[in-house]
Amino acid sequence: MEFFRAHVLVCGGTGCTSSNSEKIRQEFEAQIKKNGLDKEVKIVTTGCHGLCAEGPIVVVYPEGAMYTMVRFEDVKEIVDEHLIKGRLVKRLMAGDKNAQDASKSLENVDFFKRQVRIALRNCGIINPESIDEYIAYDGYKALAKALTEMKPEEVVAEIKKSGLRGRGGAGFPTGLKWELTAKAAGDQKYVLCNADEGDPGAFMDRSVLEGDPHSVLEAMAIAGYAVGADQGYIYVRAEYPIAVKRLEIAVKQAREYNLLGKNIFGTNFSFDIELRLGAGAFVCGEETALMTSIEGHRGEPRPKPPFPAVSGLWKKPTLLNNVESYANIPVILNNGADWFTKIGSEKSKGTKVFAVGGKINNTGLVEIPIGTTLREIIYDIGGGIPNGKKFKAAQTGGPSGGCIPASKIDTPMDYEPLKELGSMMGSGGLIVMDEDNCMVDIARFFLEFTVDESCGKCPPCRIGTKRMLEILEKITSGKGEMEDIDKLELLAKNITASALCGLGQSAPQPVLSTLRFFRDEYIAHVKDKKCPAGVCKSMMSYVISADHCKSCGICAKNCPVGAISGEKKMPYSIDQEKCIKCGACMEKCPFKAIFKNA
Amino acid sequence: MKSIAELEAIRNKTLDEIKMRKNSNGIRIVVGMATCGIAAGARPVMNTFVEELGKRQLSDVSVTMTGCIGVCRLEPIVEVFDADGNKVTYVKMTAEKASRVVTEHIVNGRVCSDLTIDAAVNEGK
Repeated sequence: MEFFRAHVLVCGGTGCTSSNSEKIRQEFEAQIKKNGLDKEVKIVTTGCHGLCAEGPIVVVYPEGAMYTMVRFEDVKEIVDEHLIKGRLVKRLMAGDKNAQDASKSLENVDFFKRQVRIALRNCGIINPESIDEYIAYDGYKALAKALTEMKPEEVVAEIKKSGLRGRGGAGFPTGLKWELTAKAAGDQKYVLCNADEGDPGAFMDRSVLEGDPHSVLEAMAIAGYAVGADQGYIYVRAEYPIAVKRLEIAVKQAREYNLLGKNIFGTNFSFDIELRLGAGAFVCGEETALMTSIEGHRGEPRPKPPFPAVSGLWKKPTLLNNVESYANIPVILNNGADWFTKIGSEKSKGTKVFAVGGKINNTGLVEIPIGTTLREIIYDIGGGIPNGKKFKAAQTGGPSGGCIPASKIDTPMDYEPLKELGSMMGSGGLIVMDEDNCMVDIARFFLEFTVDESCGKCPPCRIGTKRMLEILEKITSGKGEMEDIDKLELLAKNITASALCGLGQSAPQPVLSTLRFFRDEYIAHVKDKKCPAGVCKSMMSYVISADHCKSCGICAKNCPVGAISGEKKMPYSIDQEKCIKCGACMEKCPFKAIFKNA
Repeated sequence: MKSIAELEAIRNKTLDEIKMRKNSNGIRIVVGMATCGIAAGARPVMNTFVEELGKRQLSDVSVTMTGCIGVCRLEPIVEVFDADGNKVTYVKMTAEKASRVVTEHIVNGRVCSDLTIDAAVNEGK
């Protein structure tokens, strides 16, 4: 055994990688080598910790000291101070950077204290490219238990009992899905993993794949045993290069250990997994489109029934679960369904991961027991809204979901309560909005996304969403009429009723939900030709306050279109004809003399 | 992978290597590594601890560094904390003395009283 006195964990998730964590890791290596510490200190690349807003993140054990926003130049200081002299570098520590308390470690940070990490249990803790580390954290124990101690029916029964529901969004009971596939007649069955994460802002699946790929492989093998399949496919988008690379390594390692392959654990059970890379079409996250794509055809959905459990991939019975659902499986088998049912709400057991973004202090991934209120997520874990702004709404479920207004902030985050509000749990994207967000514009943004991503197979989605977008554009550009709102609502209801797949059926949700809670904003756009939040450009203007202007001319210098003019000792003014409303002048004005006029 | 025993073996082996990340509450060896400590030869002392612990597979013992305690004349200083937080302070350490501390104190639980700060202070009287 090699003994190291310290482990330096550098986050290698996509968030931290894009803020240069790879360079930081290399610099750690260089500095550690330079100081002759390479026999004493081990450097480990881990998956995402979830606190992406504070990245790049470095955790140093045995102290468990968490350094945030580490810059290249900081590495030398951490090595010199912490690793050589044993003094924590407090200015880089998470939380209150002036804290006198040196024991501020990972577990004590507010962001982590309130979380219950099941699906993300190993993310940021183990080296995702080491199967041994996964095994050390009870990895493949559940598979061993299932294969040697349990009958397939017992595995299915255990998952059913746990009450786990699909984490991809719809919340279909996972155990029931397994049972249906297990009972379906067929000589060949398949187990699929839906890793085609496409909702704007949602990245929990990517994090699991990058931080703990073996948990998905193990769960798929368990599923294969439970339903009687010997082949699995992971459908992952090619835009996730780090996830793909780590999955490839994981599959290779699992095969070397014969945890995938023939006669696993000396039993009769054989199971293998292959990756299929998606080209990034949103519709391929829909189960039938996903299977069509794996078969090598254009990714388009087909009508259901038959459901995949009966006739799925290559018309064989197929089990399809989402990455996060799979990540829960090994823990459920290890700890038992009874343990799992103690977490969560009455109807929905366990935890859900949310990707919290938008106007919130702690952008990142949080895993919380289902039923935790939106208020707790935003204020206790998320650290509240930046710049003292007021919370206005939270968008969940991405383009298929809706908005939760401030008045419903105590709604528990659970499948049914969210559905009642016209939103949905979805894959767990949670976009927080403050008073500066225009709800009509938000609806327009999501519609634009669905129009772009519609596969075009069925007319309601192909044509209907396009017409809706046109109406929304008309309204946001100040040309809307009152009957447009009614038309929009009628179209939305018809598309929901007639589209072929889940993508089309749910596409009008962002419009319906904003119409329900923020109809007054639509009316303000149409009747008063005003955008209350000052977002829609055609309905707002920038003005210079004559009382505050000191005629410094900075605004004029920064205006990209030369729309601002003025003379010394005279207040400047903006030519509204020329102004493109970029806001550069307001940002640069040292006297805060420029205002948005909504 | 043919058996659960095989899986268990990998698990235990790796667990030892990464135990420090699991907040183990074992013995903690703290080496004074400020300028004074390093000048007095703390580096080989530290290296010896790391080597000896590795050799004996004592993964629940952590080795950390600290700054100057203020009695620079007695450096290199090493403090050994047990699980309950009781501490023994060793002074004027060398690599040889470090191996002895591992064998006698860490492994067998017998404090090397002749190397402690008490011994050094009394000697001077």
